[in-house]
Amino acid sequence: MAAQPLLSVRNLRTVFGTMQGDVTAVDDVSFDVVPGEVLGIVGESGSGKSVTALSIMGLLPQPPGRVAGGEILFEGRDLLKLPKSEMRRMRGSAIGMIFQEPMTSLNPVFTIGDQITETIRVHERIGAAAARVRGIEMLEKVGIPSPQRRIDDFPHQLSGGMRQRVMIAMALSCSPKLLLADEPTTALDVTIQAQILDLLRDLQREMGMAIVIITHNMGVIAEFADRVAVMYAGRIAEEGPVGRIFDAPTHPYTAGLLSSTPDLIGEVPRLRTIPGTLPSLYELPPGCRFAPRCGRRVEACEAGRPATQEIAPGHFAACIRAREGASA
Amino acid sequence: MSATSPAPLLRVENLTKHFPITAGFFVKREVGRVRAVDDVSFHIAQGETLGLVGESGCGKSTTGRLVLRLIEPTSGKVEIEGRDILSSTPAEMRELRKGMQIVFQDPYSSLNPRMTVEEIILEPLYVQGARPGPEMTRRARKLLETVGLSPNHVVRYPHEFSGGQRQRIGIARALAPQPRFVVCDEAVSALDVSVQAQIVNLLQDLQEEFRLSYLFIAHDLAVVKHISDRVAVMYLGKIVEQADKASLYASPRHPYTQALLASIPVPNPRLRRPRARLTGDVPSAMAPPAGCRFNTRCPHATDLCRTVEPPAIEAAPGHVVACHHVASIPAVSPLAPQR
Repeated sequence: MAAQPLLSVRNLRTVFGTMQGDVTAVDDVSFDVVPGEVLGIVGESGSGKSVTALSIMGLLPQPPGRVAGGEILFEGRDLLKLPKSEMRRMRGSAIGMIFQEPMTSLNPVFTIGDQITETIRVHERIGAAAARVRGIEMLEKVGIPSPQRRIDDFPHQLSGGMRQRVMIAMALSCSPKLLLADEPTTALDVTIQAQILDLLRDLQREMGMAIVIITHNMGVIAEFADRVAVMYAGRIAEEGPVGRIFDAPTHPYTAGLLSSTPDLIGEVPRLRTIPGTLPSLYELPPGCRFAPRCGRRVEACEAGRPATQEIAPGHFAACIRAREGASA
Repeated sequence: MSATSPAPLLRVENLTKHFPITAGFFVKREVGRVRAVDDVSFHIAQGETLGLVGESGCGKSTTGRLVLRLIEPTSGKVEIEGRDILSSTPAEMRELRKGMQIVFQDPYSSLNPRMTVEEIILEPLYVQGARPGPEMTRRARKLLETVGLSPNHVVRYPHEFSGGQRQRIGIARALAPQPRFVVCDEAVSALDVSVQAQIVNLLQDLQEEFRLSYLFIAHDLAVVKHISDRVAVMYLGKIVEQADKASLYASPRHPYTQALLASIPVPNPRLRRPRARLTGDVPSAMAPPAGCRFNTRCPHATDLCRTVEPPAIEAAPGHVVACHHVASIPAVSPLAPQR
């Protein structure tokens, strides 16, 4: 990678303490994000993608969650070692975040204006009037019609798509260098989803920020991301440029995920499936976590964790048979 | 195709449901109406799947429930195998219900957590008057096998199963009375994609085995395309376009269908494209726009669209479109041109 990474996650391990003992939700996950790029993290429920984002933001519910190992370097500084007050300054100004639920992530008893100016004034020393002007500017930027009027609305007066626009306006009000977007369009209808993705892409280009987008939707990844990390049961199975992941997936899980997604363009009589279900985090298989569901399993897969290999420049896969090429 | 087949299994004509909005605590008075489903007509042949797509609030789930008479329509007609459902007495209705079942979206809330799998699966039969016994247990085990679960799971409770397995239990329950018609209301929407594919395949296998007809309600156009023979697109309580799936996806005629197809992110990075986007939100069903309900978001809207409601026109054999300008709008699929 040529550019110095903006965010570098090294061997992140996040565990949750439960009545039945600790479970590892994120296990030895590493990836980099360079300035201005869009990294997509894709995976099914329980793959650890949201916990990864919460770990980066320092927003894990603690207890039961805690980061048990690794480093999260943002511009070279380890976020895990920052004092709480400094991390709080970082969130919202250098790193913004938007969540899936635009209904629940806004406070229902304050106006849009209260909430957006609060964000701005926490991070910058500006007066209430100036913050309001900035708030109106931001609302305009995210495409909210008549922002001068809308800024005094309460969240319940806005539609789901409008609320997500407000969330984006808040997250971007201090021009962060990195935006973490956790399923930002999952709760939205498809025509609204398209609007929000277009908006995010325009703003990303305009402001030059990097985005980590977390989603279960392969379509969103294909349209939006530059690079993709595919997560399975707490680990990254495969990572690479978006074109390569879709054209030449080398990890059987990636290939399975792609072929079980119904296609709008082609026509297949029958969907391919991945047999079985995700393993429980309490009883993880000893070797490759995908082995019990994998059609290309050999004995060695169960022996130990498959090492991550570089298949092509920037294309990594954690599968001992990755070099043989994926049999679709 | 099915348009020519003699007698459809299910025929729905001018089906309408308006929910009253009431105000007042002691004396309720009607202050408005939500026009959830408005003058909807379609038919489904035996062994056929009709996909019903649309965004949230378009009335697709209400349509599914109306067809089964789980809610009473305001007006309209529903016939299954020639028998009028809406004028049937409760006793006749119970008999008819054997032939029509539903699979719900949420595999968590649609199964009673205090009942065993056997009790859940057989409940529709007990409602019909069957008595518990070893023969019934055998039947439950057989049904579990049919949907790809172990027969020994009859004694377990819903919490012991994953989402995909629960959906299989919901399907087994729907199959118990040996229906001919099943409404799948977002039956695979809550599932992860690898599990979703398993359930879609199961539904297709069962259709073949039992000659089932499906009304497949979903918001995911890719899944609907995969499983359906014909597709109807709903917007604000109206069916705006209806056709066999090949023509609907290859040459959509209604501007809403075109916009919907253009909005879907396609899992192929080489098909990234700048596209015309729909602006704005869906208007409220309490006060739908006059004329064509899509006119507030339609790039082709004219004064005619803002005043006169467009009739459903057969633009091509079996391809019904409710748009004034269907003749002048090119039938280009936003999916087609890029290669």
